[in-house]
Amino acid sequence: MRLSNHFSGESPRYLAGCYGLLLIWLATTAMHIPDGYLSPSTSAIMFLLVLPFWLSGVRKLRKDLNARVAPLIALLAAFSFVIMMFNIPIPGGTTAHVTGAALAAVILGPEAATIAITTALIIQAIFFGDGGILALGANCFNMAVIVPQFSAAIYRSFAKNTPIDSSRRLAGAAIGAWTGITMAAFFAGLEFGLQPLLFKSPDGSPLYAPYPLSVSIPAMVIPHALIASAAEALLTVLVIAYLRRSNPAILESAGKPGRVAEPSGTGKFRKLWITMLALAVISPLGLLAPGTAWGEWGTEELARMGLKAIPEGIARLSGIWGAPLQGYNLPALGNSNLGYILSALVGILVVGVVAWLFTRLLSIGSTEQSGH
Amino acid sequence: MKRHNVLEHVIRDISRALERSLFAEKISARPGLLQGLDARVKVVYTLALLISVNLSHSLLVIAAIYLVVLGLACSSRVPKIDFILRVWLFLPFFTGVLIVPALFLTPGPPLIPLPYGLIITSTGLMTSLFMLLRVSTSVSLTLLLILTTPWNTVLRALHIMRVPDIFILTLGMTYRYIYLLLHIANDMFLSRKSRVVGRLSSAEERHVMAAAGTTLLSKSLNMSSEVYLAMKSRGFHGRVVTLRIFEMRKRDWVWGGLLLSLSAAAIILGR
Repeated sequence: MRLSNHFSGESPRYLAGCYGLLLIWLATTAMHIPDGYLSPSTSAIMFLLVLPFWLSGVRKLRKDLNARVAPLIALLAAFSFVIMMFNIPIPGGTTAHVTGAALAAVILGPEAATIAITTALIIQAIFFGDGGILALGANCFNMAVIVPQFSAAIYRSFAKNTPIDSSRRLAGAAIGAWTGITMAAFFAGLEFGLQPLLFKSPDGSPLYAPYPLSVSIPAMVIPHALIASAAEALLTVLVIAYLRRSNPAILESAGKPGRVAEPSGTGKFRKLWITMLALAVISPLGLLAPGTAWGEWGTEELARMGLKAIPEGIARLSGIWGAPLQGYNLPALGNSNLGYILSALVGILVVGVVAWLFTRLLSIGSTEQSGH
Repeated sequence: MKRHNVLEHVIRDISRALERSLFAEKISARPGLLQGLDARVKVVYTLALLISVNLSHSLLVIAAIYLVVLGLACSSRVPKIDFILRVWLFLPFFTGVLIVPALFLTPGPPLIPLPYGLIITSTGLMTSLFMLLRVSTSVSLTLLLILTTPWNTVLRALHIMRVPDIFILTLGMTYRYIYLLLHIANDMFLSRKSRVVGRLSSAEERHVMAAAGTTLLSKSLNMSSEVYLAMKSRGFHGRVVTLRIFEMRKRDWVWGGLLLSLSAAAIILGR
């Protein structure tokens, strides 16, 4: 996007500066996405992405806690709701709200944190009107999945084999919370930024969030990294430091493997994920080859190849399905290689999630059968 | 920069949340069109209209749905000015400020030249209108559901969405304990504030917040054990039983059918 075209001349820098500050402040509060920012299809995909985490969270809690699940989750969700109202002053003279998701992840493990934060987000959306109902999947993905997963993983890697009162644990909690919120902001920026690439009206006006990735990601990540993530890190560290003095039993039980579990299968499949990522990155190599993959010709290519009459069935069926990433390319990205990589990553993500979902469902079925 | 008092800020936020839900409870008890409808109908048409608003590629269709929502609010004795202002003052303040740069930054044919070399493009104007209308209509729809339906009825209505009972029980308990914890937090901050002379430094305020957060967390975890024991003492074995008191009447079928057809028409017209 060329800014110089529209901002040429003597723009009032002072006003622009003030407006920029206002935008930065607003961006730090933008984690609860309202309805209208994301297309319904994006919202549906976000629900699909968050579903496996809900299933695994519920399964883990049922296994560990049985009938205690309902009151424990209810109280923790209520706690998350109330802590989201806390305003934390950060050095430099401003204040920010926190999500409490990092704290919940450190103390209870990512699975329980996902369920507690999800419950709090549902209550906020349905009964308080904070955050959209259709956007609930996206909000849960950013705040109830990304934040706990990153925070818990980083905290665990720091806390490994250290005593409860070690300062490494505090450092791990701070870095984990900061990274969790910053990553959540990145994903929110990604969700906003994909909208103008994928959904436009015929005259070219974006139908949902209008800013491209080059604007939306920095606009979400930079203010969060400086303000909201710092506030989250401060709160997490201070609460853990207080707990060590006032109620160390909570932290000690958090250290037990039953409570803070390893993410299942991550290590086992690490090589597979790395290979897939490498394949995605080298996917534009296909662009070097001329022509189209054998047997994947479109109707125009068939005509160019000299086929005089396009079979009626092909002509009729070719218009039925318009792929969201036609030709593995995002024209608005202006770079076909980047479009290819992004398409590959989206594809891997969707296929991976569907496959995981199936194995999850199958394993639920088999455990139920073996239980009878 | 003069910073506001964090303690006062949090106390104000907590009171506002309590006030908002009391307000919703008051309105939902009034005799009105939507208050008299089956909660399941309200949940279904709210979702259907939300989907139509968000699918629509036509501004006119979204505007028409907004007018219908306003009409429904008026016939449900929701305070009109409050309803419109709550949507148009607070929420699009956020969306409105975020959307202004899109007026100039969205590439497209120039429409209105402004001083300092700024040009509003026609695509920028369209995209801003889409965002504002979509967000405010979606928020109005959700708000209308919140204002005209008691929360426990909404929860029971979620049965038709095939939401498992255990989940509905948990949501209901969460809602109840949010109020208890909000009151506890409010009391903690008020008692701390009543012992403060002058201003607290930023570091002191952080410690107050962290101490309150820690106490609240410990209390929540202790309370969850107590609640579990209380449930057990009353014979809870993990199976949830809820009353299903819903009964579809003629009025529910008529209004449900009408609003669902409206949302179907909106999806077709808005393509």
